[in-house]
Amino acid sequence: MTPWHNALVATVVSALALGAAGCGGGGTPTSVVLVTHDSFVVSNSVKKAFERESGLKLRILQSGDAGEALTKALLTAGNPQGDVLFGVDNNLLSRALDGDLFEPYESPALADLDPQYVLDPEHRVTPVDHGEVCLNYDKAWFAERGLTPPASLEDLTDPRYKGVLVVENPATSTPGLAFLLATIARYGKSGWQDYWRKLRQNGVLVVDGWEDAYNVRFSGSAGKGNRPVVVSYASSPPAEVIFRTPRPAEAPTAVVESSCFRQIEFAGVLRGARNEDGARKLIDFMLSKRFQEDVPLSMFVFPVVRDAALPPEFERFAVVPSSPLELPPAEIEANRDRWVGEWTDLVIR
Amino acid sequence: MDGPRDPLSSRAWRALTYGVPLAFLAIFFLYPLAAIVERGLFSGGESSALDVITDPVTRDVVWFTVWQAVASTALTIAVAFPATYVLGRFAFPGRSVVRAVVTVPFVLPTVVVALAFLAILPESLERGWIAILVAHAFFNVAVVVRVVGTFWANLDPRVSEAAATLGAAPMRRFVEITLRLLAPALAAAAAIVFLFSFTSFGIVLILGGPRYATLEAEIYNQAVRIFDLRAAAVLSLVQLACVALAVWVTTRLEARLAVRGQLRAERDVLRKPRTLGEKAIVLGGIGGLAVFLGLPLAVLVERSFAVGDGHSLEAYRALARPTAALLATPWEAVVNSIVYAGAATVIAVVVGGLAAFAVAGSGRRSRGTRLFDGALMLPLGASAVMLGFGFVIAFDRAPIDFRSAPWIVPVVQALVAIPFVVRIVAPTLRAIDERLRAAAAMLGASPGRVRREIDLPIVTRALAIAAGFAFAISLGEFGATVFLARPDRPTLPVAIFRFLGRPGEQNAAQAYALAVVLMAVTAVSVFLAERIRLRRGGWI
Repeated sequence: MTPWHNALVATVVSALALGAAGCGGGGTPTSVVLVTHDSFVVSNSVKKAFERESGLKLRILQSGDAGEALTKALLTAGNPQGDVLFGVDNNLLSRALDGDLFEPYESPALADLDPQYVLDPEHRVTPVDHGEVCLNYDKAWFAERGLTPPASLEDLTDPRYKGVLVVENPATSTPGLAFLLATIARYGKSGWQDYWRKLRQNGVLVVDGWEDAYNVRFSGSAGKGNRPVVVSYASSPPAEVIFRTPRPAEAPTAVVESSCFRQIEFAGVLRGARNEDGARKLIDFMLSKRFQEDVPLSMFVFPVVRDAALPPEFERFAVVPSSPLELPPAEIEANRDRWVGEWTDLVIR
Repeated sequence: MDGPRDPLSSRAWRALTYGVPLAFLAIFFLYPLAAIVERGLFSGGESSALDVITDPVTRDVVWFTVWQAVASTALTIAVAFPATYVLGRFAFPGRSVVRAVVTVPFVLPTVVVALAFLAILPESLERGWIAILVAHAFFNVAVVVRVVGTFWANLDPRVSEAAATLGAAPMRRFVEITLRLLAPALAAAAAIVFLFSFTSFGIVLILGGPRYATLEAEIYNQAVRIFDLRAAAVLSLVQLACVALAVWVTTRLEARLAVRGQLRAERDVLRKPRTLGEKAIVLGGIGGLAVFLGLPLAVLVERSFAVGDGHSLEAYRALARPTAALLATPWEAVVNSIVYAGAATVIAVVVGGLAAFAVAGSGRRSRGTRLFDGALMLPLGASAVMLGFGFVIAFDRAPIDFRSAPWIVPVVQALVAIPFVVRIVAPTLRAIDERLRAAAAMLGASPGRVRREIDLPIVTRALAIAAGFAFAISLGEFGATVFLARPDRPTLPVAIFRFLGRPGEQNAAQAYALAVVLMAVTAVSVFLAERIRLRRGGWI
């Protein structure tokens, strides 16, 4: 035997052994598997609390961005990779429901919820958090120039604000899509095109994704770019306080409240789940105060449960828009691709 | 010494060298890809296959994908050539450090590099095809420097010297001898750079701006955004066809251009720069590359120290602390990355090494061998998105429910690294002087003993270099890792991505700090891999 041969045999044997271990067996499930997207985060202590209370090990399986995670769930409908899917938002909700992914489950914890977040009356999905996509602006930039910061979507078409705005491409970015939907919600199905024509004339910059827009282009972030207005989240200003040394007394950035578009993230019990009972327990847990109070600092979104307390930085520096812009999920699903196509012709070509 | 008869007779050896790589490829590449394409073609989407192919958008995308990949390959070779020449001809202090450092850009996550480029490019060049080509060259310089440079450093300079004595002008010597001898390695490197540029995704989206899309980007768009799996399947077949064509051309070239009996040990080939002119060439070749690669890297290093208006080590200190962005500390991500990459390297070196013997072996270059060789290259050019989807539907029933098995991560990483191992090892094996083998056989050595005593020592150096490269590729691999890695075991690129996706200055600084750590781990591991030599190592 050559050393090669030995190595080869060892590899094959260990691969088979691991494969067998990965398959598991029948019997009572001892774990519950949460399938979700890359941006999902939970504090270790909260994860452990669930494991202690339920007696189940929580395994988390991240499968790409929200779109990829949903696509994988749709491809494996009926024979899912896990027990619960978290991370379908209202923009993708109709696609998920049409794909018959979920087993309905009406959690008793729904009683604590603000009912405005419940979009599926059959409870195939349960709302877990909400976050608003809003225009953010750099306070110092406007103060230095003695210019009033924009206060509405309309303002951005004003020549005074020429060349200030950077947005994400709705074809490649979730916040980018949310902002396009915001303008459609605001100006209507036949008015939004005109608004974007004006934005284009006023020098809007379109970039691929949030990382580029916020970290490089935006003047109010670490990248110190040259665009003082960016499409980001309602939770971005508190983050600019929490993650800055030394901590500033005031948030260096702020949100244009009337530009906010609501995004709600849902979880659901996957049809064909190996541990359906554990899946229900997990959904209940996601609506518990413990989990809900963890979401602001771990995922930078807001809780949907009424009495969940916000961290002090969120209390002080975050804005929860009282009446954000919204569109019905079915309407988004029916028109999304057409709108994005029209937008591309209008703004990019 | 007369040992027992070698257990690996020639036939068993052939079965092993062809069989293991083929089985690996069939199970972990062809099967999942076929599964998702079949699903897409027969049960997904509204568009008909014909519509997709005849759509003018498809035509534009294919055209752009092809020409930018060809241009990127040409630019990469041009940019890398002076340094490749220097590394292939001269011995100088710090030579192995240069070889290690040059690999660093290759493993960095595209988002990070794209952001660094945006910070240094003038605004007029920022968005468009020029930025795309320059970034592709930045990433892929390592491929040319290492694949061609390794080969060059083993090329016998005496042929060229003899021609010089006979009065051939330097230019003519270079074109007719050196370039001719280098051709197979150049073809191999060009094939890899082409495939990487061809399937480029992040760089094109970020640096090209919204006007440009490659086939890979369009496949993602169709599969994930629009959820038209039929269109995505058709496009991925188009992509695979283009890739197969490119691979076919280059493997043909590579085999046709191979010249035997020209290899010598590096230490006999390399010499110290003697004249002032030669010293200037060494300095210029290495210095030029240092500036080109160094600028974007310097931006990343600078950003990792940026805190407020000043600089500090805060981001590095924070790496040891638990963070809200991950279920592990960032340092644990470093360890995970090394473990995964180590496993992937073992798989890639074993499977790829066997394949290299098969490709280079037996002296006959049959059509079957060429097909085999080309097939191993395909994973480099296949759609990562579709392969990811293929995995979840192909391995979904017991006893092969591998979808969440942790070892899938190194397996998929190895899929990408294997072609490199083959590309680095096969040219060296091919160039081993057949007379050496014949002499050994004549003296009574069994085929197995010839391999052990002649091929293996010579090829060890190439294998070590390939291992270093495979390790680096696996360290930087992002696509497979992101859809398979579990959040309690994040890898470095995943951790970088998480930090980059969160607002706030410290998160950005930590992302850049982790990128710097990734650079360091890469440079050190590649450097160490190159130190590995077989004790009894013959003349290489």
